[in-house]
Amino acid sequence: MTDALTQADIDQEIAAEHAAYEKRVADGGPVEHHPRRDYAPYRSSLLRHPEQPPVAIDVSRDPELVELSSPAFGERDITGIDNDLTRQHSGEPVGERITVSGRLLDRGGRPVRGQLVEIWQANSAGRYAHQREQHDAPLDPNFTGVGRTLTDADGFYRFTTIQPGPYPWRNHVNAWRPAHIHFSVFGSAFTQRLVTQMYFPNDPLFPYDPILQSVTDDAARQRLVATYDHGLSVPEFSLGYHWDIVLDGPRATRMEEGR
Amino acid sequence: MTKIDTTDPDNVPPTPSHTVGPFYGYALPFRGGEDIAPVGHPDTVTVHGYVYDGAGRPLPDALLEVWGPDPEGRVPTADGSMRRDPASGGFLGRNGVEFTGFGRIQTDANGHWYARTLRPGARGRNAPYLSVCVFARGLLVHLFTRIYLPDDETVLAGDPLLSRLDAGRRDTLIAGDEGDGTYRFDIRLQGEGETVFLEFQ
Ligand SMILES: [Fe+3]
Repeated sequence: MTDALTQADIDQEIAAEHAAYEKRVADGGPVEHHPRRDYAPYRSSLLRHPEQPPVAIDVSRDPELVELSSPAFGERDITGIDNDLTRQHSGEPVGERITVSGRLLDRGGRPVRGQLVEIWQANSAGRYAHQREQHDAPLDPNFTGVGRTLTDADGFYRFTTIQPGPYPWRNHVNAWRPAHIHFSVFGSAFTQRLVTQMYFPNDPLFPYDPILQSVTDDAARQRLVATYDHGLSVPEFSLGYHWDIVLDGPRATRMEEGR
Repeated sequence: MTKIDTTDPDNVPPTPSHTVGPFYGYALPFRGGEDIAPVGHPDTVTVHGYVYDGAGRPLPDALLEVWGPDPEGRVPTADGSMRRDPASGGFLGRNGVEFTGFGRIQTDANGHWYARTLRPGARGRNAPYLSVCVFARGLLVHLFTRIYLPDDETVLAGDPLLSRLDAGRRDTLIAGDEGDGTYRFDIRLQGEGETVFLEFQ
C-alpha cells in the first residue's frame, strides 16, 4: 500500500496539515514549536504515537523530581578528536569539509555548560555506516559519521565534519531526505532532553520532506536550518555553519548564576 | 535564522524536536549502556520488557534512556557513563564502582530491552521510580514515562502522580515483580494498555 504513495499524495497531506495548523493559530491556538507525534505524512508515526494526551506534571510543585536533574558527562566521556569526524580513520574522508558550531541555550537564553552534544550523519554520498542501511551509495572507509563533545563555559560546541549527502528513503515513491546532521543534546534537567536534526540553507528538498514539514510552524521550521557563517569558515580547509540550539522543557527553579 | 537572539529572555523560542530515525544504532548506544549498577552491588535490580506499537508489534529499533537516583534517593553526580578509550577511540565502559544513574539501551531484534541498575530510593513525597525517555523511528518527539517498583503499596498510594491516575492507567507505570530483584516493564506506545506518558511543565 505504501508503495503506491506518490510525492503528490504526500505534498497534499503536508499542505493540509499546514493549513490545519494555520487555522488552529487563527482560532487562537498556541504556536506549536514541536511536531505533533501523529503526523500522518510521516508514515512511521502512524502506529507509534500515543492516542491518550500526556499527563502533565507541574515541576514547580516538586523540586525533588529526579527529572529536574540531568546525567553528568565529563572529560572521561570524550576523547580529544571526538569532535573532528574527519580524523577518526587513517585516511581523509571524501567530501566537502565543514565546521559546525553554535551555542546550547535554555529558554531564558542562558548557556548550558559542560553538557554532552552527540551528532551522527550520512557520508558525502548519503550513506550511513549502519548495517541495516540499504541505500547502495558507497561507504567511505575513512568516515564513520559519529561525533561528540562537551559544551564550553559559554555553551559553545564545535564540530569538524563532512557535508552529508541527501539520501532516499521509503516513506513514499521517490522520497528523499534533505541533507542533515542528527543532534542529541542534554540540558541541566532531564526534562530538557532533545534529539533533533540540523539542515543546510536553501536545500531544494525542504518542501518535499515530511519529517522537516512535520514542524508546521514556519518560524520554528526555520530554526532547524543552520546559517552559513563566513567567519566560521577555516581558510584553505572548511566552510562554516552556525547553529544555536535552544532546549525546551522546564529546568530546576532554584536560583542559578546569571547568564 | 539560527543565531538565536537572547536579548529578550522572555522570547527565546525552542529548537523543534525531530525523530531519532532508524540509523542511530552505530552512534548513540555505548558499551555497558544497560549495566548501570556498579559491579556486584547488593542493591542491584534488573528491569526488562518490550516496547510495542499500536498493532501490538514489538519495536526492534527503539532506544530507551533510564535516569534514576541511588538507593538513598540521591541524584548521581558522577560522569563516566560513556568512558572513552583514548588509545582505540572506542568505549571503555563504566569504571565498575561509580554510579552515574544514566543508561541507554537499544531494543533487540525481538523488541526486548533490559537494564541493571540500583534500586532507586524515594525523593520527597514521591514513591521510588526510574525516569525513562523513549526514542524511536516514527516518534517525532521523545516520550517520558516512569518505572515504579511494586514493593510497597502504601508508598505507591501516596505518590502524587500515581494517585491522580485511574487504576487501569496507573498500572501501566508499575513494574511487575518477577522475583530475585527482577521486574517486568512493557511500554505500549499506542492503543489498548497504552503506557502513561508525561509532560513536564
Ligand atoms: Fe538521517
